[in-house]
Amino acid sequence: MPDERTQSSPVPESRMLSRSRTRISLVWVIPIVAALVGTWVAVTRIESEGPKITIVFGSADGLEAGKTKIEYKGVEIGTLRSIELSPDRRHVLATAQMAPKTEDFLLEDTKFWVVRPRISGANVTGLGTLISGAYLGIEIGTSKHEKRDFVALETPPIVTGDVPGRFFVLKTADLGSLDIGTPVFFRRLQVGEIASYVLDKDGRRFTVKIFVKAPYDQYVSPNTRFWQASGVDLQLSASGLSVQTQSLLSILIGGVAFETPANGSILPAADANSVFPLYVTRAQAYEPPPRNPQTFELIFNESVRGLAPGAPVELRGIKVGEVVDIRAQIDVKRLKFSVPVIIELDAQRLGVKLLDLRPGADLAAIRRRVIDSLVADGVRAQLRTGNLLTGSAFVAFDFFSVAPLARVDWSQNPPQLPTTPGQLEAVEAGLGDVVKKLDKMPLQQIGDNLQKSLSDLDLTLVSARATLESASTTLNSATSTLNTANGLVEPSSEQIQEVGQTLQELRRAARSVRVLTDYLEQHPEALIRGKRGEAQ
Amino acid sequence: MGAGALTAMQQGLQGCDICGLLSRPTPGHEEGRCPRCGETLEFRKRACVQRAWAFLIAAAVCYVPANVLPVLTTTTAAGASSDTILQGVVLLWSPTGWPLSLIVLVASIMIPSAKILALGYLLIAVQRGSVKSNEQRTRLYRMVEFIGRWSMVDVFVDTFTAALVQLKPLMAVEPGPGLVFFAAVVVLTMLAVESFDPRLIWDAASAMEARHA
Repeated sequence: MPDERTQSSPVPESRMLSRSRTRISLVWVIPIVAALVGTWVAVTRIESEGPKITIVFGSADGLEAGKTKIEYKGVEIGTLRSIELSPDRRHVLATAQMAPKTEDFLLEDTKFWVVRPRISGANVTGLGTLISGAYLGIEIGTSKHEKRDFVALETPPIVTGDVPGRFFVLKTADLGSLDIGTPVFFRRLQVGEIASYVLDKDGRRFTVKIFVKAPYDQYVSPNTRFWQASGVDLQLSASGLSVQTQSLLSILIGGVAFETPANGSILPAADANSVFPLYVTRAQAYEPPPRNPQTFELIFNESVRGLAPGAPVELRGIKVGEVVDIRAQIDVKRLKFSVPVIIELDAQRLGVKLLDLRPGADLAAIRRRVIDSLVADGVRAQLRTGNLLTGSAFVAFDFFSVAPLARVDWSQNPPQLPTTPGQLEAVEAGLGDVVKKLDKMPLQQIGDNLQKSLSDLDLTLVSARATLESASTTLNSATSTLNTANGLVEPSSEQIQEVGQTLQELRRAARSVRVLTDYLEQHPEALIRGKRGEAQ
Repeated sequence: MGAGALTAMQQGLQGCDICGLLSRPTPGHEEGRCPRCGETLEFRKRACVQRAWAFLIAAAVCYVPANVLPVLTTTTAAGASSDTILQGVVLLWSPTGWPLSLIVLVASIMIPSAKILALGYLLIAVQRGSVKSNEQRTRLYRMVEFIGRWSMVDVFVDTFTAALVQLKPLMAVEPGPGLVFFAAVVVLTMLAVESFDPRLIWDAASAMEARHA
């Protein structure tokens, strides 16, 4: 409709406005849209919420409701919503809102722990949490069953499940400087860590769980030896000074080293969670385990200074056992002080081979026979100084041909083996004897006599000189005599020619005698009748 | 204004909201245009109660996510944290910072809710034709209208902070989804106040007077 104005009226008439009339205003679209958007937001919020879980903590130190995150490999997968004390006030119950689609993380063996800055000898972890505050770590399990209630670990697991490798169990009486995270060395290469340790229920030993990363875990075989490579192992023993270290790291914080003896046959890798003893030193680790030790008693009547438990017992320089105990005893009856030394012999363990051993033979009887024969052959125990620097001593068995006869009394427990004074002792005794004998010698008298004899000798020598002079003249005359004799026997001399003539005469005489005798033989009557030929 | 005052509507006249010119609508029509400035003229704002209700309900609907959803996400080296308005109030509350906390509490929580409640009360009162304490209701309306623009303080603060605090590696502030709803609440309440015709407060009184007369 066109504009119309009523001029007469003081109030002007408004212009016409045509507009369709609707009963319900379009403005209602706005609250509907608002409601739709609100519902959509609410639905997406609810949908974006993952499962809710509860975690029980020992302490909520560093945790904050609404702030503390749950992170897996650095990815946030949840947030703590509330933290409250358990009804018995022993624990802290925390509820956490997980991210959507994390249901399959929440398995029965899933573990949670608080990541805080942790400075242990070997490594510093969780430094980031110094600024950002603690967060919760999660290790996703492998179970098939889901769970919503968890108990957080007190200490974070050193090794999370996704690192390939194997766990092994070590048993030790002394934890030394080991701690969670202490490195495990193989040929001085760090190949693992100590994952946990617990004191056994009886309080005698620790069960130490170690993790050896793949591929090094294959070098752990059933006969692998583990020992504490803690710091510097300095040993001053009868065998001298020995220093054993692993790496510089282990010097600072200790460690566990393992090695498989090369001489043994190559065995397959040990199963996971196999139990091994943890030795204190490498040397101890390599000592074969006791097989069949026999205890013997040695009584020394001399100072056992320098002898300590663990000192070696050697037979002709080969270790056959070790000293176990050193005591002192006084025989009240005879009032005699002696020092029994208890030794353990385990020759077999120490590599002494038995030749020609029939299977099933009575080892104990054989052993007795061997010892009896050795003692009969003069084998005696003797204290010897192994190291002059430290004065540490050891027990040596050796053959002494001059030893007094002895027998082993097997009825005693432990049986006693015969001893002989130590080397130094024997030397000392011998020297003493010599000195004593020297002392007894009448040196003064000997001297006097000697002097007298010497003066006599002087006189004798003077007369001897005179004698010699006369002897000299005698010899001179003898020479002239001989010269004359020489002249006599010369071939051209008169005497010799005369002798020749005389001899010819003699020959002639002898011929005529023979003629005579021949005639007489044929004509013996001639002696009485005379020569008949002419007469007849 | 006395109860017995004559209203323009009773006289069949319409006042222009913009230029103030009083005019008479074309006979047979309740609506027209201002002969001077061309503004739409009505005796009373068209479907004003309905519109006001619609805006008010929309505002009330948006008020819930505005308070539940975070309005500000602060990312620092320590990690990200999202805060709702109420969390912000709690966060600011400290022996020295309590006035600031109070400002946020009043401007962002109390005023919007008070606006929604006040408008709802006015609308109900108008619909029921209540005549008691009309003057106070008018004062309430004036207050609501005046205060409405200040509700945007929170939105402004948030947008400024988000724009200024962008020290990326160290710290960053981002507006959260709650802020949109909060802004919607403020805008919708303003629209509701705008669509509400305060003259309705007095119409009931005039009608009652006319009946008595």
